[in-house]
Amino acid sequence: MTTESSGDLATGEPAGASVPLVQLLTPDGERVEHPDYEFDGTDEDIRGFYRDLVLTRRVDAEGVALQRQGELGIWASLLGQEAAQVGSGRAMRPQDYAFPTYREHGVAMCRGVDPVRLLGLFRGADQGSWDAEKHNFHLYTIVIGAQTLHATGYAMGIQRDGAVGDDDGAAVIAYFGDGATSQGDVNEAFIWASVMNAPVVFFCQNNQWAISVPLERQTRIPIYQRAAGFGFPGVRVDGNDVLASYAVTKAALDNARTGNGPTLIEAYTYRMGAHTTTDDPTRYRVAAELDEWKAKDPVSRVRTYLERNDGAADEAFFAAVEVEADELATRIRRETQEMPSPEPTSFFDHVYVEDTPRLTRDREAYAAYLESFDADAAAVGGH
Amino acid sequence: MAPTTLGKALNMGLRKAMEDDPKVLIMGEDVGKLGGVFRITDGLQKDFGEDRVIDTPLAESGIIGTAIGLALRGYRPVCEIQFDGFVWPGYDQIVAQLAKMHYRSQGRLRLPVVVRIPFGGGIGAVEHHSESPEAYFAHTPGLRVVVCSNPVDSYFMIQQAIATDDPVIFFEPKRRYYEKGELDTSITPEPMFQARTVRPGTDLTLVAYGPMVKVALEAASAAEAEGRSLEVIDLRSLSPLDSDTVVASVRRTGRAVIVHEASTTLGIGAELAARVTEECFYSLESPVLRVGGFDTPYPPAKVEEEWLPDLDRVLDAVDRSFGF
Repeated sequence: MTTESSGDLATGEPAGASVPLVQLLTPDGERVEHPDYEFDGTDEDIRGFYRDLVLTRRVDAEGVALQRQGELGIWASLLGQEAAQVGSGRAMRPQDYAFPTYREHGVAMCRGVDPVRLLGLFRGADQGSWDAEKHNFHLYTIVIGAQTLHATGYAMGIQRDGAVGDDDGAAVIAYFGDGATSQGDVNEAFIWASVMNAPVVFFCQNNQWAISVPLERQTRIPIYQRAAGFGFPGVRVDGNDVLASYAVTKAALDNARTGNGPTLIEAYTYRMGAHTTTDDPTRYRVAAELDEWKAKDPVSRVRTYLERNDGAADEAFFAAVEVEADELATRIRRETQEMPSPEPTSFFDHVYVEDTPRLTRDREAYAAYLESFDADAAAVGGH
Repeated sequence: MAPTTLGKALNMGLRKAMEDDPKVLIMGEDVGKLGGVFRITDGLQKDFGEDRVIDTPLAESGIIGTAIGLALRGYRPVCEIQFDGFVWPGYDQIVAQLAKMHYRSQGRLRLPVVVRIPFGGGIGAVEHHSESPEAYFAHTPGLRVVVCSNPVDSYFMIQQAIATDDPVIFFEPKRRYYEKGELDTSITPEPMFQARTVRPGTDLTLVAYGPMVKVALEAASAAEAEGRSLEVIDLRSLSPLDSDTVVASVRRTGRAVIVHEASTTLGIGAELAARVTEECFYSLESPVLRVGGFDTPYPPAKVEEEWLPDLDRVLDAVDRSFGF
């Protein structure tokens, strides 16, 4: 990796669009070599990635559609970021632990979280209903950057458990975006992870936009270069390349699990959709930019590779993935539509491990209050 | 005069303040080109430039902290916090720095900073987007805390807040941004740090602010049908808390119910109940009652309407007050 950045400051280009990045699969579907990183998997693994990418994209599209139809309150689309998420998610081992933002739907699926669970949060039925400890996938964090400190603390716990230092060690991966790098919490997480030598990988999906605010309002140097100032390595990877995202993340996680401390990965990608379904990107960015990134689509390049290499995948494979995606979409649509709303008194539950007397009293009083309407209605009906 | 939404009135008030005083700046996340996620600053960057309407990095502590520096240099920054639940990274700067600078400099340093916070629930949002954190700020000496509830107040109060030489935390009822009212910009506004009686009555004093003023007025109308005359007071200012207006009312009516979305315990209602009890003890016909959010974290959106005070819960409290 080079550390050329002066050109960016000289030209004023947005945080180093010209900086070299780790790429193992080009937008045209060509496998390429990199001196420091290689993809050590098989074509079968790549078929698996393709399936993950397609299913992730389909779930995301279903999320957008369900919001448009009023079934969800809001949806945060990951369109364009599938490879960064699937590559990094698949690089994790079972003992590793992920701390996501609210957009890591692809990572969630890699960790075995049923996507319906994600939709429940955006529907307003719950605030995160999956079992974080079962999946080693924390609840979504909406407040920007806060989870990077949680990830660092979790990694310190791994150290104290003696579960780090050899090839079977555990590591943590913290997801966040380019906007989050401006938050104090994220910078504090970098410092803590560095001085504690914590087994944590900071995985920044630089999708170029924090709602309407472009990258150049968050940084004047490429994000990965910030790591040097905190005292650990940083690397920029083509976030639209699932092979490179996998290889770079795997190396960083292995580095962490063997006791060699944190790494900052900048997955260079693009938020092809709106920030969320309530956002209108036409107010602040030009269509040409989107076209440019469409040519770097993370899914189509994998398909091109598989199609081009005889025997890597046949028509039946692609058709089967499509069928599976259709079935998944149908199921999550149905299960979302059928998802019950919580009982009103449920909001008194779990404020503390044990209810306070006041909470118990308030719950009972509120239940009686609600029942008084039923009684009134029955009385009216009886006359 | 024209029907104007509450959000548009804020936009107009900000524009007027920027026209009147070149030292007024706007800063926050997405406030520039996008005009804010609620479009409250729509068009201002285009007309006043990027030096005066600043799209900031995504860092709330940075927004408040640099606003303090700009204020020390003679500017009057108006900071937008995108949603109530995102203010906490900036809380340290607000409570430990912004609130105290005037005091510890023996009055030499003034910080005329306004922090705008869209607050409250009822919009079907995910967590951290529906909170009512006003009591945390009203508890902090050195901060002034106000809440607008209608387009007229929004237009004038934002200008009054900007003209105030103390820091002002300015709460905006986001669920009411799109509600319309007649706005005559030529009138002389009332002083900002005063409550207002928005509906006169004789039998019970109903106190609310921000998004709950509308609910309180609806409750008063419903109660009228049952022969009860409710006086509705819009507090408007939470710090200083204009309890005199409330006390004067309760001395006449003998009953008080206080409504807010924030969790009930240690909320604005608690302070007001204490003051009313102290000053109206011999006038009270019943205890001062509170209707607030329950003492739980804000719930998932599917049950927020059950969690939030509504017409029925206010009328239920009114019934209980008359039942003593």
